[in-house]
Amino acid sequence: MNGEQGLFKPATLTPMQKLVLRFVVIGLIYYGFAVIEGMIMRIYAISPITAIPDNQYFAILTAHPLVGIFGSTYSIVFGAFLFLVPFLMKKPLWSYKLANWTCILIGVGTITFWLAGFFSHYAPLYTLYWPLPADFSQFNPLGGTFFVLGIAIVMLGTVFFVINIFKTIVYTPEGWEKQPSKALFLSAMGLSGMTNLFRKKENQKEHLVSLPVAAIARGTVDTALNAGIILFTGVLILVYLVAHLLGFDLKNSAIDALLYKNWFWWGLDLIADGLVLIFVAGTWYLLAMLITGKTLFMQNIARAALLLELVVSWTVWSHHLMSDQAQPGFLKVASGEMVTAFELITQGLAFFITLATLWSARPLKMTNPLKFLLGGLLGFALAVPAGIMQADLGLNRILHNTQWIIGPHVHVAILVGLTMTLYSAIYILFPIVTNGAKLYSQKLANFHFWAHLIGGIGMGAFMGMAGLKGMLRRTIYLNGEFNLYMILAGICGSLLLLAFLAFFYNIVMSVGLKGVIGIFTPSKLDEKILVPESEK
Amino acid sequence: MVDSQVVLNGQTFAYTFYAIAIILMMLWFGYKITKSGKTNKVSSALFYSFVTLLIVMGVSLHIVTYNTIPWASMDLNRKEIKADKVFEISVENHKFILPSEKLIINVNDKAMFNVRSKDLTYGFGLFRSDNSMVFQMQVIPGHLNDILWKFDKPGIYTIRSTEYSGPKGAQMILKDVVEVVAN
Repeated sequence: MNGEQGLFKPATLTPMQKLVLRFVVIGLIYYGFAVIEGMIMRIYAISPITAIPDNQYFAILTAHPLVGIFGSTYSIVFGAFLFLVPFLMKKPLWSYKLANWTCILIGVGTITFWLAGFFSHYAPLYTLYWPLPADFSQFNPLGGTFFVLGIAIVMLGTVFFVINIFKTIVYTPEGWEKQPSKALFLSAMGLSGMTNLFRKKENQKEHLVSLPVAAIARGTVDTALNAGIILFTGVLILVYLVAHLLGFDLKNSAIDALLYKNWFWWGLDLIADGLVLIFVAGTWYLLAMLITGKTLFMQNIARAALLLELVVSWTVWSHHLMSDQAQPGFLKVASGEMVTAFELITQGLAFFITLATLWSARPLKMTNPLKFLLGGLLGFALAVPAGIMQADLGLNRILHNTQWIIGPHVHVAILVGLTMTLYSAIYILFPIVTNGAKLYSQKLANFHFWAHLIGGIGMGAFMGMAGLKGMLRRTIYLNGEFNLYMILAGICGSLLLLAFLAFFYNIVMSVGLKGVIGIFTPSKLDEKILVPESEK
Repeated sequence: MVDSQVVLNGQTFAYTFYAIAIILMMLWFGYKITKSGKTNKVSSALFYSFVTLLIVMGVSLHIVTYNTIPWASMDLNRKEIKADKVFEISVENHKFILPSEKLIINVNDKAMFNVRSKDLTYGFGLFRSDNSMVFQMQVIPGHLNDILWKFDKPGIYTIRSTEYSGPKGAQMILKDVVEVVAN
């Protein structure tokens, strides 16, 4: 009831500590949604479940990645970064209220689109290929309206996050000496890192913001652009949905499906190939520095690579259109193949720099943050080359839309690469944001690590094997055509579920039920204090 | 032309080899960083060698596949290549409409499949009887979606939509409608 050894005392938490914990709780609950949906889909891939009709299944397929990315990952990442930016810059967050609204809007928006999908079976997938979102012979326009509204609410919360991050970097807190806003902004965007590469060592300028803050700032640029694209697309779909509800049917052909697909993938890749890779690289650097207590190996190159990754993320989208025959060939080769290959370089650099930083401090104790960080590094080391292979004109012809894409590339990247990196951050931040609470069980943490790692890689591998044998994604197989692989993937999927349950139980037992409730009660401390003086 | 199954086998081998190697490397690394060693310094030469390796691998993959996977160059240059047979196919209301009941192709002929959608985005894929894929492309409404393919041995293939087009599209399958016959 009171948590491990009664060490977690919610009354001692600052508003910022409570806020970050609320973000994490919401993120973990939505991660639970995504895992259960994932398990339903794994069972469906073995044999369709009679209690779940096809249209319900596809509604789950639509909600699953959105709940996983927006409801879970955005919550955890935004919560962590809203805490870390002021923590690393040693100044208060620009607006605690705005951060609170981000948390509320992401939580409410996610449940809104999830419920819309659950009740109305609105299922155009996250890809929303035109004119499917406006196909009223298959989908309920009212359900679609609430679905789009839910996504829009999440995006509004995202915009608030973006404003808060940049304002925190550049603003001057009350009573402080005037801060060099422009110089801080340019440093955060990587200009100082880039110019230092061309200066002699003695002439190199000092960085005004630390590398992790620079990574957060650059990933936040993609977050902002992506929010803009999704909001614009949502409004476009909403116009068609509302017009239909009012009795007008707008012509679908008014929008060019290929242009729309280019536009949409340009925006979506700002998540997949932009903010995820940039945020992850930045988090690796921060974790490596916190774990070792040392400066980062090749720091200027790491900064420059983050800027390069940002530019790459703006020009990489065409690898999603390599099987679209109307897409110009030069875009397939230049954007789809060549620019995408840069991700091997930028992510490879981040991988090497993190490992080299860890190596510089050996012998290290194999703590939970370290082992999960290594798991996250392995996840991307497996998933990025898988992605580079499918972004090839020859190979894409026989891989596109197969289980290969969603297995060894997407799920290994997200579940092993991204999620294990986030777990590493949660384990390292846990004592900081709880004022020294103790983990309930190290055995459960060990089980969490191995079950998640083996489950994630195993599931991705068996899905990939099925994909190489021709199994498509986004469809239903009725005759058990790929059952051997799907049963094995299902077993690995259940390991992921068990890992999550072990982790969730471990965290709840660490802070206690009273502690969980206490996180959601108001703090009496000053909003501008990050951690209590006694814990510094 | 090399069968797509051969390319898939090559890819399976290459990626499996890589995956095992990187997993073993990370296990080794995880073990070694818990131990003291002679040196903890990583040389910049090793770093720059690694960067060079990444650049070489990133660029060479596409050059190698362009020169070894025959359909890659054929696809980019398909407007200049004369097809031996052209099939006009349309898709509407989650149904493929073929020009004839069966599409008959001679071995070693280059067949062009022109597919037009009248409503949604679909996919067009050819599959062997064991469900493995020969090739696929996307079918975008309002645009010509054409693919040129050379068949070098007899066979019977199934057409299947390879893109999600709503729940109604899950079973867009025309079984054994493409026949490649010996001359």
